[in-house]
Amino acid sequence: MTTTTAPVPFAITAKGLRKSFGDKTVLDGIDLAVPTGTVFSLLGPNGAGKTTAVRILSTLITADGGHLSVGGHDLAVDPQAVRSTIGVTGQFSAVDGLITGEENMLLMADLHHLPRREGRRVTAELLERFDLVAAARKPASTYSGGMTRRLDLAMTLVGAPRIIFLDEPTTGLDPRSRHTMWGIVRELVADGVTVFLTTQYLDEADELADRIAVLSEGRIAATGSSDELKRLVPGGHVRLRFADPAAYRSAVAALRDVTTDDEALAVRIPSDGTQRELRSVLDRLDSAGIEADALTVHTPDLDDVFFALTGGTDQPVPAEEAVR
Amino acid sequence: MSGTSLAVRDCATMLRRNLLHARRYPSLTLNILLTPIVLLLLFVYVFGDVMSAGIDGEADRSAYIGYLVPGILLMTIGATPAGTAISVTMDMTEGIMARFRTMAIHRRAVLVGHVLGSVLQTVIGVLVVGTVAVAIGFRSTDATALEWLAAFGLTVLVALALTWIAVGLGLASPNPEAASNNAMPLFVLPFISSAFVPVDAMPGWFRPVAEYQPFTPIIETLRGLLIGTGIGHNGWLAVAWCLALAALGYFWSRALFNRDPR
Repeated sequence: MTTTTAPVPFAITAKGLRKSFGDKTVLDGIDLAVPTGTVFSLLGPNGAGKTTAVRILSTLITADGGHLSVGGHDLAVDPQAVRSTIGVTGQFSAVDGLITGEENMLLMADLHHLPRREGRRVTAELLERFDLVAAARKPASTYSGGMTRRLDLAMTLVGAPRIIFLDEPTTGLDPRSRHTMWGIVRELVADGVTVFLTTQYLDEADELADRIAVLSEGRIAATGSSDELKRLVPGGHVRLRFADPAAYRSAVAALRDVTTDDEALAVRIPSDGTQRELRSVLDRLDSAGIEADALTVHTPDLDDVFFALTGGTDQPVPAEEAVR
Repeated sequence: MSGTSLAVRDCATMLRRNLLHARRYPSLTLNILLTPIVLLLLFVYVFGDVMSAGIDGEADRSAYIGYLVPGILLMTIGATPAGTAISVTMDMTEGIMARFRTMAIHRRAVLVGHVLGSVLQTVIGVLVVGTVAVAIGFRSTDATALEWLAAFGLTVLVALALTWIAVGLGLASPNPEAASNNAMPLFVLPFISSAFVPVDAMPGWFRPVAEYQPFTPIIETLRGLLIGTGIGHNGWLAVAWCLALAALGYFWSRALFNRDPR
C-alpha cells in the first residue's frame, strides 16, 4: 500500500511560526508545508531551533505566533485533535525506565483505549518487529541506546499515528542501529505515514527525506529536495593531485580557470561531474601533456549546502579536503 | 465511550502505572512507613512515662498510647505526601512525561493517577501503623461503627488534601532534593501540633502556632472519634481545612501542569 486517500493535502503547515524564550528568539517566522505521506526533514546545526519546532508542532509547548495546522486541525484551537493523529519520538527517550519494555507497550495500548486483547496483540507484534522480544520482560532502564530508541518508536506506533515526529532519531546511535532506524522509517513511509524528521546528519536527510528545509538561526535558509539544494551551491569539480612539484607547476601554467593549492600540489577544475565534461577535461590534460598522479571527481553534497547556507563561520575546512 | 468514561479510564491507567512503580520499588514506601512506627515505639516505650506524667500528672504509659496514636496516624498521613512530591518531581523530569503530554489522553490523568496512588498508599500505611498501635496496646474507648467510619473518612480526606498539596510542591520543585525539602512542612507540622503533647503544655508564645494550624483540629477530631475526648468545633474546622487545602492543591497543581514544560 503506497498510496492512501489523504484527507488533507498537507499533513503539516506552518505560517509565520515564532517562538522566543526570554529575549532569545529561537524561531523567527518559519513557513513550512509538508505534503501528506512524505518525509520532511528539518536540517540544522545544534541550537538552530529544530527541537523547539518539533515541541511546538507536537503540542508540547505553545508558539508565540503564527498559524499552525497538523493533520488538518488548528493547533491553537484543538490541540487534543492534533494529539490523536500524531506520534512523537523525541531526542530524549520517552520511555518509563522503572517498568519493563512490555509494560511500557501495554501502557500505551491502555492510553490509546485499545481493547485488552487488541493491546496484547499489537504489543507482541511491535516487540517482534523491533527485535525486542528477548528484552521485553526487563526494566527499560537496562536497555542499550539503540534498544531504548527502538522501544521508544515502538511505543509511538501503538496508536498507529498518521503523522510521526522524529526528533534526531539516530543521534548517538551506532551505525548498525542507525541503519535499522532508517529501514523502519522507510517502512512507515511505505504505509503512507507522514514523517517529520529533524537531524543534524546531512546523509540522513539525503537518505530519507523527500523535502529538506535548512534551519539556521531561527529562519529557513533554504528548502527543496536534496538535489535542488545541491544545485544551489557551486562546488562540482575535478581535482588533480601531483607528486612532482615541476609537473604541478607546468599543469598550473597550462590550464586556465582553475583553483590551485600549492601546498597539496593540487589543481581544481570546475566540472558538473557528467561523463561528457569529464572527457573534455581529460582531453585538455592530454593535449597539454599533463599526467596527474591522482584524479578525483567531486560533486557537491549536502555538506557544501549546509556550510554555505548556515553561515559557516566555524567551517573548519572545505568538506572534500577533510575526506581526502 | 463518552468523554467522562475515557477520562476515568485514563486516570485508572495512570493509577495502575503508579502502583506498579510502588510495587517494583518499595523502598520509598517502606522508608515512609518506618518513620511513624519508629516514632510510635520511641514515644511509647522511651518517653512514655515522662510524657504521660506531663499530661495528667501520673506516669501511665498505656494512657499515653491512647493520646499519642491519633497523632501518629496523622503523622503517617503527613509523611506519605513527601514521597509523592519526590515521585512527581522525578516523573516530570522523565522523557515519558513529554510523551503523555503529546497523547490524546485526559489532561489531568497523570496527576490524578499520582494522587489516587498516593492516597491508597497512605490508607494502607495508616492501616499498618494502626495495626502496630493495636499490637502494643492501643484500644479505642467505646467508638461506634459510625465513629470508626468517620475516622476512616477523615483519614482519606486528610490524605487527599495533603496529597494535592504535595503534587503542587512536586510540580513546583526543580529536582527531587528540592521536592523533599519543600514537602518538609507536611512532615514537621504534626510535631508542633497537639500530636505529642496538649497545646496547653506548650510555652505561651507558641500556643497560637500550634492551635491555629490544620493538624491540631484534625488530630483533636480523630482523637475524639477514637478515644472519646471532646471534639467541639474541631470537627467542622478539620473538614474545612481539608477541603480548602485540597482545593488549593488541586488548582495550584493544575495551573503548574498546564504551563509549558521546560
